[in-house]
Parts: sequence; structure tokens; C-alpha cells
Amino acid sequence: MNALLAETLVGPSIDWAGISPLLVLLGGSCLLLLVGSIFPRLPKGTYCAFTVLVSLTTAVAAMLQWRDVTKSGPRNLIADAVALDHFALLATIAISISIALVSLITDDYLRREDYDGPEMYALYLTAAIGGVVMASSNDLIVLFLGLETLSLSLYLLTASHRKRAESQEAGLKYFVLGGFSSAFFLYGIALTYGSTGSTNLSKISSALSGDSPFSQIDAMLLIGIGLMLVGLAFKVSAVPFHIWTPDVYEGAPSPVTAFMASAGKIAAFTALLRVLVVAFPTRIDDWRPAIWVLATLTVLAGSILAVMQTNVKRMLAFSSISHAGFLLVGVEAAGHAGDKDALAAVLTYLLLYAVLVIGSFAVVTVVAGKGDSHTTLDDFRGLGQRRPVMALALTVFLLAQAGMPATSGFIAKFGVIKAAAEVQSYSIAVIAMLGAVIAAFLYLRIMVSMWLADSTNDAELFVPVGAGIAIAFASVFTVAVGVYPGWLLDATRMVSDISISVIQAVDSTTDVPAG
Amino acid sequence: MLDNAWLIPALPLAGFVIILVFGRRIGEPKAGVLATLMTAFSFLVTVGVFFSLLSRAHEDRHHVVTLFSWIPVGSLNIDMAFLVDPLSVTMALFITGIGALIHLYAIGYMHGDPKFSKFFMYLNLFIFSMLILVLGENLLVTFLGWEGVGACSYFLISFWHTRDSAATAGKKAFITNRVGDWGVMVAMFMAFSAVGTLSYSGINEAAESGALAAVTATGIALMLFVGACGKSAQLPLYLWLPDAMEGPTPVSALIHAATMVTSGVFLLTRINPVLHVSYDWVMTTIAVVGAATALFAATVAVAQTDIKKVLAYSTVSQLGFMFLAIGSGAYVAAIFHMVTHAFFKALLFLGSGAVIHGMHHEQDMRRMGALRKVMPITAMTFIVGWLAIAGVPPFAGFWSKDEILLYVYANNRGLYLVGVVTALLTAYYMTRQVIMVFYGEARWHDHSQEHGAHGDSVPRESPWIMLTPLVVLAGLAIGGGFMQLPFSSKTHFLGHWLEPVIEIGERDIKGTWAYDNKYLLLLTAVVVACLGIAGALMVYVKKKVPVFEPTILADGWKYDSSVSRLMGGPGRTVFSGVAQFDAGVVDGAVNGVAKIIASTSSALRKVQTGFLRFYAAILGIGVVVMLAWFLMRGVL
Repeated sequence: MNALLAETLVGPSIDWAGISPLLVLLGGSCLLLLVGSIFPRLPKGTYCAFTVLVSLTTAVAAMLQWRDVTKSGPRNLIADAVALDHFALLATIAISISIALVSLITDDYLRREDYDGPEMYALYLTAAIGGVVMASSNDLIVLFLGLETLSLSLYLLTASHRKRAESQEAGLKYFVLGGFSSAFFLYGIALTYGSTGSTNLSKISSALSGDSPFSQIDAMLLIGIGLMLVGLAFKVSAVPFHIWTPDVYEGAPSPVTAFMASAGKIAAFTALLRVLVVAFPTRIDDWRPAIWVLATLTVLAGSILAVMQTNVKRMLAFSSISHAGFLLVGVEAAGHAGDKDALAAVLTYLLLYAVLVIGSFAVVTVVAGKGDSHTTLDDFRGLGQRRPVMALALTVFLLAQAGMPATSGFIAKFGVIKAAAEVQSYSIAVIAMLGAVIAAFLYLRIMVSMWLADSTNDAELFVPVGAGIAIAFASVFTVAVGVYPGWLLDATRMVSDISISVIQAVDSTTDVPAG
Repeated sequence: MLDNAWLIPALPLAGFVIILVFGRRIGEPKAGVLATLMTAFSFLVTVGVFFSLLSRAHEDRHHVVTLFSWIPVGSLNIDMAFLVDPLSVTMALFITGIGALIHLYAIGYMHGDPKFSKFFMYLNLFIFSMLILVLGENLLVTFLGWEGVGACSYFLISFWHTRDSAATAGKKAFITNRVGDWGVMVAMFMAFSAVGTLSYSGINEAAESGALAAVTATGIALMLFVGACGKSAQLPLYLWLPDAMEGPTPVSALIHAATMVTSGVFLLTRINPVLHVSYDWVMTTIAVVGAATALFAATVAVAQTDIKKVLAYSTVSQLGFMFLAIGSGAYVAAIFHMVTHAFFKALLFLGSGAVIHGMHHEQDMRRMGALRKVMPITAMTFIVGWLAIAGVPPFAGFWSKDEILLYVYANNRGLYLVGVVTALLTAYYMTRQVIMVFYGEARWHDHSQEHGAHGDSVPRESPWIMLTPLVVLAGLAIGGGFMQLPFSSKTHFLGHWLEPVIEIGERDIKGTWAYDNKYLLLLTAVVVACLGIAGALMVYVKKKVPVFEPTILADGWKYDSSVSRLMGGPGRTVFSGVAQFDAGVVDGAVNGVAKIIASTSSALRKVQTGFLRFYAAILGIGVVVMLAWFLMRGVL
């Protein structure tokens, strides 16, 4: 206890370079708010350009760290509270790319809705800070801080359309239900701390392994894991904790939905992996069945429910639930001892899905028009005639989400199912494939509407520059990765060192407090 | 030359891209000419590849063209690679050859269609996907093509989407094919976890060396068979093929007769060593399913009145024959029949297209008759196709069907009987069709008057651009059988050519009674064909026997409708509710799996009511269940 106290008083040494991506994001968001309030009449598009710049800088900073980590190995920063490894950095890069793309969509959206201001962009950046912290946390408290930073930003973003009742309602629902889930999560942390004597993930892991007094089965610890799982399952929208997703995705401004489905998912899943794989590898037999059930429920319910929706945003919401199920299949596989490919597979999936879903929602944002009012399936009728190139791009995204070979979506799905097959989780792999087969029908319905139905709306559909760039990038990326994924898979394979950082942390923490 | 094999799929792909980008500017007829040329060039390259493969030593006819490493994930490395061997080249030859002819035909058939260039865009994409499917060096590349042809098939069936039935038919095809795709996906992962590779050579070598356990082989074989049943329209997944006739006729000829529907047969042939080491009942299952499909579809074809529906059920039936061959270990015979069937069935479909074209989109055979006088070339070529499918020597179908029946006899005499009855029915219903369309009295006169049509309502012969492919295909349907004649092992050209691919799985029937008495079986086949033709003549020309076309047969034994009803759940009310709810997109007519999903979905959908307290309650239940699990783990 004394050692712990002394550490707090002295203050940890801080590796500033190691947290440079976070610093860029933080500086960017502060600067954005500051400049925005001092010079309210900046030329249109400035905020967007600035946000894109900040996110790309973040990505570059993360890539520099990536090189460093490749050279000198992963390490823990700030009194072992933050991990610096490929896993965290890849998540950071993925989140940065997500913000850049989402900002491009947001630009025209804000002008269309007469809301040109820096607030939304600043919130994207703060949410990203939360996400990056979650992905790189090595301590439950730090993870919780990240989670709350992300969540609070998302609540605000969801309700940010002040004139649309749906947006307000969605924000409130998300806030109330999210509050519950955060409470569960926090309570889980408390119980875990109570039964292991630490909130540090690596220390929890070493406390639970070997001959330490905590290695015995302990109901309090298990309830703690269960409660944390509830909180994270809510964030990843796993069935039955998905219940908020359709309403919130539908009600939120379309760019925000894109943000939640991409960056939000990356943060939630990386946090889930951190907690389960780093802290509780010794409790695999307890949490794996729970993940198994969540994964199968999520894949099947997401796919089946998606089929009958008539609102495209809702369809994509359920489809994102079904994708979450696929990701959980990967998480389940990551639970098997010694499986390194599963982590890489999940992160690859997250990155590829983020680009896909932003591309899809970019098209939805454009089609939706003022007030986000045209999002039913009927509004997509005849899009192939009105805007053939954009319809083609959406077709690419939908085919990819369905897992069509030669698109990035196939690489993503293939990775997690392969990981599951590799560790002999055959039943879950077969169920996941069944889900993919069912969900394909949903994507087909949107494609049929676009290409085979005649348009009911002849109004000229204007594709703004920002959204155009985002859509073009996303569709080229989707096909390029699908046809030639080698370079990406080589890079993502390095993330499997997440547990190496655990070993190192365990070595460096010989002074585990005894209680 | 062999290293240039990548050009075979690349050319149609180039055609697709060019039409995709410049389609509107190119327009009619240049888009069609371009697409045709691309396919024709692809054919020429294939011919070049064929000859350079032929110039190699027999056991050396195996060449892999690796483009790049596609998916390198850990222990698994999947190449984007093509396998050039006798099987894939045989497939590629008739796909590009017949494909080019059908493209040419379609220039005439689709004349004046507002979506002319789009049609050829899809057609070229289809040829590309199909070539990827057959040339793939591993299961994954094949699967890429497999999904591609499915998507093209879907889009081409629904090409005339303004017709409601076309949109529904497209959906039906999509859903039943997804069931098959699931089988292929599962098989792929089983192969991966059992063998650690997806390349055919790896899987087949594992099967040959005994590294693949019988039970795993059985699993892989069964799952691929599920996939094959979906794609090749076997019982119980055949439902989509008759409906697929809603597409333009060139599509029916190319995709739903000659090429795509045979990919199941191709896939099973490709992995014949795996079938060889799996349990015996797998082969028996394949044979029985094939025989049942062949007989079932033949009975249905007897009572159809739509000119294309007859051919559609006939295709299902002939595919059943090919599966029967595979189940009997007669891979050469299956491929042989696949090729000859591609010749004569493409010919028949294109002929029926010419009739439909000349009749101003009339498809009901009861309103045809005596058309041989107004469209003599179409009639001549159609008659060649009829003789080929009916099994009259020396036309192509006779030789391939006889080869199958020979192996089936050696394998299982009960199934042989089924095969013979099917052959009899085939001769019967095809004769019926020829009589109803081209002979008898002209029933289209009264019809044109009742519609108050103008002077040019008299059916007319099609333009040369449509007739040329008919004549070429007729030539192939006459002479195609000579690639494999039963007289001596020297005349087994196709068998000799395919030997490196199928030597493991091919059953040796030498020394069996059937082999020693093959000329007797040959004679039986001739007699059966003649009996079928004579029967149809008695009924439809001499009218000595009453017409036997019960509605139960016309309705396909009510299988389609009962599946729709059975799978659909608690009756029509639910569906009309669903249909109302989702009018225009998923209409109540969508059958099968879609209905199950739809009805479950609409029930579940009510859960999403939008009330916050209700959502919180759901969350609460989730929490309780989750904690109960962990508590149980903690206490017990």
C-alpha cells in the first residue's frame, strides 16, 4: 500500500512521444474550439479541413510510434496505465481514418442543415480521444475514463440536431441507457478491484495466475467480469444489449451514425479485447461461453431483424449489429490460449468495416437530403438512374458488407471465421456463415431498390465534394483491399503482440501489492 | 502460351469495364459487338492454351498461373492463381465458345431494348465470373467466381424488372442459391481446418495420400454437394431454375442451360479424390438425388405449355443425369454429357428464342404450330436439337447419355431403370414440343385476330445474326458426340484427355456385365428413344391415345407451391400482412426461406417499440442472465 501511495505522490514519468497521437487529438480539439469562438466567420469548410488535418496528423504520429514499437518492442507508459503496442496504434490509425472520412461527410451535412460551426468536429476529436484511450488502456480506471469521454461526446453528437425531434429523442435514449451500462461497468471494476487488489490489467492477470491468493475461484470476481462484460456488450451493441442501437442510429444525424458505427465500434471492441485477453486469460472458461452466446445471438438476430426493416438507416443499424456478432466470433476465438491470429482478424475487421460503413452512410447522408428525411427504402428507388456512380459505390459497399469475395468485407469475414475454425470453434463458425447468408438478403433489397426499381423522385441529387471524396476513397479502398489484401494483412498481423506487452508488464511489476 | 491463360478471363473483364464506363456512349449495336469480340478473343486464347497443353506429355498437363498472393494470413496463404489442366480448359472452351455464339445471337435478340448495352455488360461480367470459377486453382478463387455468376444470374433474371414475375424469380434464385453458397463456405473452412490449404492440388493430394480422414472427406463432399445442388438446380433446391426463365432467352441459354448450372457438376468432378475417399453412401446419395431429379423434372416437363418452361424442366432433368453419372463414378461421362448438353440445350433455347422473337413474345405453345413453314432454318436447327436430346444416333446426346447409362447399369440396376424411364420421357416431351411448335395446324392465326393485330403479325424468320449461331450449334449437336465414342478405348478421346484429372475417382467398369454387353445397352437406348418419339406421335399427331397432361404435372407435383406454403408458416393471412407491410419490395410471393425470415422478423420487429422503459427492461433481463451465468460458474 505504501508503494502505491509513494508512486502517486511522486507522479509517474510520462513518455510524451508515446502518447503523441493523443496529444495531437487533444490539441486539435482545443484549438478548434478556441479558433471557432474567436473567429466565427471563417470560410466554409475550414473546420472540416482542419479536422481532417488533425486526424491525419494523428495517424502519422501513430505510424511513427508504430515504427518505434516494431523496432524496440511494445511497452507500457505512465505507470503502466497505458499500453503502447501495435494493437493500440492500429486502433488509433483506424479511428483517425474514421474521423477524417466522417468529417468529410459532415461538412456538407452541416451546411445543408444550416449549422456550420466547430462543435461537431470538436466532439469528434474528443470522442476519438476517448476511443484511443480505451484501445490503449492497461488499467480499468483509464479505460473507464476513455469510455466516458467517448460516450459523453456521442450523446451530444446524437442529439446535436436541435430542430429534429428524432435526434433529441435518440440522444436522450442513448444517454439514459448508456448511463445504466456505464454504471454496470463501473460496478464491475469495483468488484474486480475488490477481489484482485488492482485495477491494472496486467497486474490483475498476474494476480489471477499462479499461486497468488487470488487465483482461487471467486464469485465476486466473476460477477465483476460479468458486469464489465455487460457494459462493454452495450457499447459493442451485442444482442440483447443492442436494444438502443436501431433507434439511436436512425435518429442521430447520418454522419454521427457513421461515426458511431466506425470509431465507436473500434473503441468498444478494442476495450473488450483488452479487458478479456489481457486481464482475464485465466478465466477463459468463464467468459468464453458468455461471448459464444452473445456472438451467436448477435449474428442471427442482427441478420434476421435487418431483413424486414424499411428504413435504410435502420437496416444499416441492424447490419452493424450483425457485424458486431461477427466481431464477437473473433473475440471468442481470441479467447483460446495461444491464438494470435484472432486479434489481428478482429482489428482488420474493425478497420475494414469502419471504411465500409462510413462509405455506406456517406451515400445515405447524400440521399437523405435536408433534415435527414429521405432514408426509407423507397427513397433509394432508382438511384441507379439518378446517380449511377454513387449507386455503384453503394453497391460495392453493400456487396462488401455481404462478404462478397474480391471486396474488403470478404477479407474481414474470412479472417474471423478462419480464426474460429483454427481453434476448432466450428459451431460458431457455421452459425456465423448462416448469419452471413441471411444478411445478404438485406443488402440485396437495397440493391434491388437502387437498380431495378424506377425512381419516384426526379429531383436533381447533388453530391457535395466532401462526401464525394469520402465515397470515392471508401469504394476504391474496399475493392483494392479485397483484390490485394496482402499488405494490410501483413501489417495487422503484428498486432498479435498484445500479450507480449502483458508478459513485459508482469516482469516489471514485481512489486504487486498484496492486498 | 500457358502462362497467358490469365488472358482468358481478362478479356471479358475488359469488355465489362469498357461497357461499364462508356456504355451509354457506345450504345447499340457497338456494345454488343464489343462484348462478342471480347468473348471470341477469349475463345481463341483458350484454343491456343488447349493446343499447348495438348503438346505436353500426358502426365504433365497441369500448369498453375499465379497472379499474386491473394490472402496471406498466418499459416494460410491463398494465391490468386489459375489452374490450367484438361478439366478447366474443357470447361473454358465451351464457355467461351458457346458464350461467343450466344453473345452474337443476343445482338439480334436484344435489338431495340433500351438497356441494350447494360445487358452486354452483365453478360461479359458473367463470362468473366464463370471463367474464374472453372479456372480457379483453389476453392476460394472458385468461390469468387461462384458468387459472381450468382450475382450476374440474379441481375439477368430480373433484367426485365418491370415484370413482377421477373423480380420475384430473381429473388427466388438468389435465396436458393444462398443455401448452396452456405454449403460451399462451410466446406471451404472444413477443408482449411483439415488440410490447411484450399488449393485443389493440396486437398486432392491429401485425399489420395490418405491424410484426409473419411469422415472429414464426407463432410467436405456433402457440403460441396449442397452447394452443387443449389447452383445446379437439384432436388430439393431446383425451384429457382424454372422461374429463371423470366430472363431474356439468351440468358436462359447461356447461364441457365449451358454454363452456370453445370458448375456443380464441375466442382464435384474437380474434387473427385475427396468423393473417392468419403463414405460410400455419399456417392449413393448423389446418384439417388440425381436420378430422382432427372425423373421428377422429366414428368413435369411432359405437361408444360410454355415453350421455355419445357426446356427449363428438361435442363433440370439433364442435370440430374449428370449427377447420376457422378454418383456412379462416371466423371468422364458427366463432363461429356455436360458438353453435349451445352451444345444442344443452348441450341434449343436459342431456337425457342427465335420462335418467341418471331412470334412477337408469345411463349405459349398452344398458340403456335406449323411454324416450320414460316421459319424453316429455326425449325431445321431445332429439330437437330430435338434429335440430339431425345437420344437418336448419331446425334451428340445419344452418345453421352448412353455412356452415363452404361456406368449406372454397372453400378446400380434400379437407378438404371430410372434413367431409362427418364430417357423415354425426354424423347416423349421433346417430340411433343416439336410437334406443338413446328407441326400440326397453325394456331396463331385466330390468336392474332383476337388481338386485332396489324398486318405483320404473321410469325417471321429471325435475322441472320440470330440464325448463324443456331446453325453452328446444330453442327456441334450433330457431331459433338464423336469426342467420345464407345467402340474402343482409342475412340475415348475425351476420356483420354481428362484422365489426369479423374483417374482417382473414375470407376473402372471393365469386366462387369454392362461393359461386356455395352452394345446391348446401346440398342436398348435406341429402342427407348424411338418408343418415346413414337408415343408422342401417337398422342399428338395420330391422336390415337388421349392427351395425358394432368394438372398435377403441369404444376410440378405442387412441390413449388407446397414448399412456399409449408415454409411460409401459419398461412396466407400472415403473408398478406407481410406483403402489405412491405409491398413492392418483398412481396408475398417470395417463397421459402425469405418467408420464414420475414415472418420471424415481423414478429421480432414488434419488440422494437421505441419505449425507453421497455428497452431498459430488456437490458435488465440481459444483465440478470449474464450474472446468473457468472454466479453459477463462481458458486459451482
